[in-house]
Amino acid sequence: MRLNKMTTPDVSHKVILYIESLCVSFDGFKALNNLSLYINDGELRCLIGANGAGKTTLMDVITGKTRCDSGQVYFGQSVDLLRHDEAAIARLGVGRKFQKPTVFEALSVAENLELSLKTGKGVWFTLLAKLDSEQRDRIDAVLTTIGLAALRNRPAGVLSHGQKQWLEIGMLLVSDPRLMLIDEPVAGMTAQETEKTAELLTSLAGERTVVVVEHDMEFVRSIARTVTVLHQGSVLAEGTMDQIQSNPDVVEVYLGEEP
Amino acid sequence: MSQLADIWGELRRGSNTITLFVVVLFVATLVASLSNLLLPESSALHVSTYTITLLGKYLCYAMLALAVDVIWGYCGILSLGHGAFFALGGYAMGMYLMRQIGDRGVYGNPDLPDFMVFLNWDSLPWYWFGMDQFWFAMMIVALVPGLLALVFGWLAFRSRVTGVYLSIMTQALTYALMLAFFRNEMGFGGNNGLTDFKEIAGFDLSADNTRVGLFVVTAILLAAVFISSQLIMRSRLGRVLVSIRDSEARARFLGYRTDHFKVWLFVYSALIAALAGALYVPQVGIINPGEFSPVNSIEIVVWVAVGGRGTLYGAVVGAILVSYAKTRFTSLVPESWIFMLGALFVFVTIFLPKGLAGLLKQKRQGKDSDGDDARTARAAGEETA
Repeated sequence: MRLNKMTTPDVSHKVILYIESLCVSFDGFKALNNLSLYINDGELRCLIGANGAGKTTLMDVITGKTRCDSGQVYFGQSVDLLRHDEAAIARLGVGRKFQKPTVFEALSVAENLELSLKTGKGVWFTLLAKLDSEQRDRIDAVLTTIGLAALRNRPAGVLSHGQKQWLEIGMLLVSDPRLMLIDEPVAGMTAQETEKTAELLTSLAGERTVVVVEHDMEFVRSIARTVTVLHQGSVLAEGTMDQIQSNPDVVEVYLGEEP
Repeated sequence: MSQLADIWGELRRGSNTITLFVVVLFVATLVASLSNLLLPESSALHVSTYTITLLGKYLCYAMLALAVDVIWGYCGILSLGHGAFFALGGYAMGMYLMRQIGDRGVYGNPDLPDFMVFLNWDSLPWYWFGMDQFWFAMMIVALVPGLLALVFGWLAFRSRVTGVYLSIMTQALTYALMLAFFRNEMGFGGNNGLTDFKEIAGFDLSADNTRVGLFVVTAILLAAVFISSQLIMRSRLGRVLVSIRDSEARARFLGYRTDHFKVWLFVYSALIAALAGALYVPQVGIINPGEFSPVNSIEIVVWVAVGGRGTLYGAVVGAILVSYAKTRFTSLVPESWIFMLGALFVFVTIFLPKGLAGLLKQKRQGKDSDGDDARTARAAGEETA
């Protein structure tokens, strides 16, 4: 096992993710404008904001997909995420769920989870890798959690939209990340599925840190303790849902637009 | 030991396809070889040496198609320049065979191949040294195409060049090599290439026994490559490759360095192509820069498309069928082949997107509908919904 080689983030100051003065611009358009944000270890944080507020760009920078122009992103006290690529950041324990559910459609549900396991990810390692009983149990447990146990050998491509969302959350779970970045988890889910997702995410917080980007305000209200509002690439407001909703700036630029 | 047991277990688990493939290949090879060697030429069942050589050539093409299927069918890398690795392997073998001619050339020079005498060269260029040794030449067969694939793959995949851009780059690669090998100063025989071979490892190349021997060796190596590729695709590595094909970004966010996977797969594929080229040259008796031609590389892609991507056996069947059709049609109407090839590609793309293997699968699934869906979908290389 190469697990020991992975550095665990130093969270002695209770903060697991430091984002400071982050700027990203695309052809002159400032997607992120001097954004600073701190996420505490074990917290469940919701990010909201209108389209183009910079939510997805922020996730792209944290996970190494997009390079920033200036600013700092630290995972715990000592790991500078800007110096790592996507694969390294994933191995450090930062998991990500995409806005559009992205699963490997030609592989079975169980194989999707197998590939997400927290284990060696090198070429030679995977050539010889075999599932041990502990990993099998872990996959079984996650399959039960996400309610796809009966479909384990079906190709992921045949799943419904909501089931794909669940599978992708399952892929995050099985990889045992410290920090989960989840982009619109309940898009396309039925009310019942949404409720189940809310339950699951709330139960994860504490042990893991969860950052959720979501448009569904009711859903945000049901899970969030702290909400951060992004607007035009920087933080507009931060606080509980009630505080946010009574914040005049927020009402003006974001909630005010909602009917 | 446990590693061996694992491999054995995997072989038995996936035994259906592998066993069937190996049995069909070996029985066909054996029947053809024995009827060539044992039956008198007057017998109706006698297989001529010409046919044996033709079959051996088809098997080389099959191996080449397998090389392309490994990267295209499983990892979505469409190389339109795989003929380059095939030709490089072929040239390395050709250089060895040239050195075996010795003083039996037209000019009778014991040290220099005919074309060098003709060019008034007085000594062998440095890169010809050692090529008279079989083991050294075989090392070069693997080393040169392997290194080229490593460097090319490293540059392309690290810079995240994908899709059409990568295909164009591979096409440019083979085209550039073709132009280079056409030049006499390169020291590879220029336009005429390398030919007039006499013997390989001491065996007379014009003898029936040697011909049959080369054919049998090709069949055995094709089976070996098929089995090793099947084992790779059934391992977790194979599943990572499929995941890269279907969503490379997702695979990266799971912690896989997708560029490493692609580079090593590309090298593996290039080595198979080079081996196919090295087996091809002694059987057809010539290698020239035409083998680098972009059309050749596109033809390989058509073989794989016809047979069906992502099944390995589909590539083999496609290569043999299309090559057979080419042999027949070029003897009837030589100029029409290139148009037929184009028409075939269009037809397959529109009506048979999964190739012949997909057709077979559809039939089989119709019979027993609760087959292993996951495996089928993966093998067919197609997303549902």
